Amino acid sequence: MSRQSNRTTDSKKMNSELFTLTYGALVTQLCKDYENDEEVNKQLDKILFSLFPSSRGYNIGVRLIEDFLARSSVGRCHDFRETADVIAKVAFKMYLGITPSVTNWSPAGDEFSLILESNPLVDFVELPDNHSTLVYSNLLCGVLRGALEMVQMAVDVRFAQDTLRGDNVTEIRMKFIKRIEENLPVGDE
Amino acid sequence: MTIHNLYIFDRNGTCLHYSEWNRKKQAGISKEEEYKLMYGMLFSIRSFVSKMSPLDMKDGFVAFQTSRYKLHYYETPTGIKIVMNTDLGVPNCRDILHQIYSTLYVEYIVKNPLCVLGETLQSELFNSRLDSFIRALPFFNVRAA
Repeated sequence: MSRQSNRTTDSKKMNSELFTLTYGALVTQLCKDYENDEEVNKQLDKILFSLFPSSRGYNIGVRLIEDFLARSSVGRCHDFRETADVIAKVAFKMYLGITPSVTNWSPAGDEFSLILESNPLVDFVELPDNHSTLVYSNLLCGVLRGALEMVQMAVDVRFAQDTLRGDNVTEIRMKFIKRIEENLPVGDE
Repeated sequence: MTIHNLYIFDRNGTCLHYSEWNRKKQAGISKEEEYKLMYGMLFSIRSFVSKMSPLDMKDGFVAFQTSRYKLHYYETPTGIKIVMNTDLGVPNCRDILHQIYSTLYVEYIVKNPLCVLGETLQSELFNSRLDSFIRALPFFNVRAA
């Protein structure tokens, strides 16, 4: 699928139901593999698939950011507000086909919420009673965290509201922690 | 006009890839030392350039040239650094270096789950695609230098 060159601008179409169901299968399998919801949430956040044992984990965000930079002409952001806009208007649009709204800025401007009117990941989902603490879409947190880490931003990402748990909207809360400074590798003589 | 060599570094200073085409004189040190020297120079020149800049910079360090060669530099926000040495006749190469990143590095390395990020690239496919990409450039060997 990705074996073609010169395809930087055309965005591939993929059946969104297939994607949603595949994601569902993943979560279901994780629920079978791990005892409690907490652990499943953690795994979704990390997405350390054991599919490729030799590759020391397969972190989607860390790779997705490279694809994002290659496809979009977005450069480095000047502040966190610009980052929020790019995430909502460019990144979510590109990968999930939705544009969440950016709201609830903290006074210091280091924390905001992404409000998702609809979440394509949960199209066919209903949480059973025995998984009341499962954060079904926790994958998104890991992707955002991994991607931003690669552009030298440490952030905290969590679900504040989730339609699956009876809230009206899905809200992802993002908090800026610090800039990761680039260091010269040490010990080189 | 011609192209001498090309380096790709990751954000930690690991040399992910090196290849050369028309390089007649070697540095006289081991390749590992050469990579370290190159990365150290890039690191210093980047911070120097941004400290000296009278205005906020957009792209920062782009290229330098000597009497014999020109060094082109491209960096992504994720810290992937691509360095290409050419002779003096070659014009601005930013677009070409960006293309190497977006159509070759991202396509063949990042999207290949078997390629471990942050280690020297082992992909034959990437190497051969990069080689043919460079050889197909209009200024590769216009007049054998």
